Amino acid sequence: MTEFAPFSSLLGGALIGMASVMLMAFKGRIAGVSGIAVRLFPPFEDGEFVGRAAFVAGLVLAPVLYLALAGNLPTQTIAAGSTTLVVAGLLVGFGSIWGNGCTSGHGVCGLSRLSVRSMVAVVTFMATAFFTVLLTRHLL
Amino acid sequence: MSVLIQFIIGLTFGMGLVVAGMSDPAKVLNFLDLAAIPAGDWDPSLALVLVGAIAVTFVGFKLVLKRQQPILGDRFHIPTASDIDGKIIAGPAIFGIGWGLAGFCPGPAFTALGTGKLSAVLFVLAMLGGMIAARWLSMATWAGASRARPS
Repeated sequence: MTEFAPFSSLLGGALIGMASVMLMAFKGRIAGVSGIAVRLFPPFEDGEFVGRAAFVAGLVLAPVLYLALAGNLPTQTIAAGSTTLVVAGLLVGFGSIWGNGCTSGHGVCGLSRLSVRSMVAVVTFMATAFFTVLLTRHLL
Repeated sequence: MSVLIQFIIGLTFGMGLVVAGMSDPAKVLNFLDLAAIPAGDWDPSLALVLVGAIAVTFVGFKLVLKRQQPILGDRFHIPTASDIDGKIIAGPAIFGIGWGLAGFCPGPAFTALGTGKLSAVLFVLAMLGGMIAARWLSMATWAGASRARPS
């Protein structure tokens, strides 16, 4: 069981929103993590590799900044075993690119733009995720 | 300058995930576990993270897009596709299954790398493999479709 934390949830969400707005303001780009990540690999369509790598480096180093500010690393419980992690990783990676976005691109940016495609995407991935957890935690 | 700004944006995004607890797969899975509602063990945090993020982004995008162009770019890259095709259903459906299995989506998975957990490395490597495969397959099928189309 994890604690419902309304204040830190809203604050964290607002920071994510700020980052999305900043990326649009400075670079004119949607802050979609899957799209940014996949373009770190060839074929390279534009000259933005270093900027994308810097964004991902920022994501990776966030827990280090948190450690410096809060004095401890964020709590993290990874219950899945190695096989599940690999299968889940393949599905998450494949699905996010096949559907042109993930929780950030469709979930945050797309819903904020009132994009119908993003609404369809979010409803779909929420539905299959709910169903997957129902199966793995309660039915299997 | 541009690179430093994108690093800071990534760091802000990652801090948001960490502060919200979204870098913890257990917290994400406890949101996705709707069957836990009757017992009172459901964690609605993720919904509030989305609410906070969308509230800021909704207003922020409206303000930013009043500009003619971004501060460090020549134009705004806004997705223009509006068709509801098979891919916009199939992709997210596959994504959701993987998300439900491990509790990681791409942003939190990268942030989890920073805590030095080996299982996060495993997930991210598999995820990148899946992404590259989808992009390759997408490009191959698109090229095939455009060849098949009469000119």
